[in-house]
Amino acid sequence: MHQRHVSKDARRAREFESFVAGAAGRLLHAATLLTAEHPDDNPRARRLLAAALAHTYATWDGLRGEDPYARARQQLAVRFARGAWRRHRAPSRPWSTGGAGPGQVPGAAVRQLRAALRQALLPQALRTGADAPADRAGAGRPRGVLHRLTPQERLVLVLRMYEGVAEEQTAALLGLSVERVHTICARAMSTLLHPPSGRTASLPKVVPS
Amino acid sequence: MSRYDRREAAIRQLLEGTPPVVPPDLYGEALRRGHRMLRRRAAVRRVLWALLCAVVLVCTVWALSARPWDRPPSDTTPSFTTW
Repeated sequence: MHQRHVSKDARRAREFESFVAGAAGRLLHAATLLTAEHPDDNPRARRLLAAALAHTYATWDGLRGEDPYARARQQLAVRFARGAWRRHRAPSRPWSTGGAGPGQVPGAAVRQLRAALRQALLPQALRTGADAPADRAGAGRPRGVLHRLTPQERLVLVLRMYEGVAEEQTAALLGLSVERVHTICARAMSTLLHPPSGRTASLPKVVPS
Repeated sequence: MSRYDRREAAIRQLLEGTPPVVPPDLYGEALRRGHRMLRRRAAVRRVLWALLCAVVLVCTVWALSARPWDRPPSDTTPSFTTW
């Protein structure tokens, strides 16, 4: 019995290792786009991905033929959405002060806040504004290409354009209507291609101005 | 290629950008946290099963001692029909 348990653990760890080796690069890129961090300085994206992968590992035996990549991506999106909600609800968290950055989030505070989270409140949370503490904390740090967008726009854009998830699936995952996803995606694309402040993004020449 | 397709292609190119370097400890960290999650879930399951067993045991003991299926002793005199 114990022997069987150990061999099952070893097999799961082996499968998971090959999955991480293959998928971590792309997932980390997606996470970095979501958090709007620079590719060379992305502690929040790394934390997000580690948590999503840990959950994927914990549910590995229950996948039953489901794609682990899709599961990890879903976890990434849901965790990012929850994080955005938390930042939106509590804009004056201690980690937004000083030069420490979001790397030193106290674990107890995170757990305490996580207990208060409810999935039903996610859509409202994502709708408004960019996540202010991230912007404040990252004032002196280089930022990613999507830093102009709100968390919701980033989430929809990354799922639709980078990951190629269908509109219907994106809508189901985020609890939005298909039309809403379409609108948000179009708005995010416009903001990205035509920045409002007059500063033009570094874009290829195929885009008509 | 329509205008919309060109926009999509531009966005995709922008998103691809430079991919970040995967930290070497990512697998170890995910494995450690995943293991912890599994252990915690197993512990919660064990506690819940123990609780269920305790509840069943207490119910059985109470039922055997109180015997709620027995008819309670009558506290009125049966009606007299024959003299």
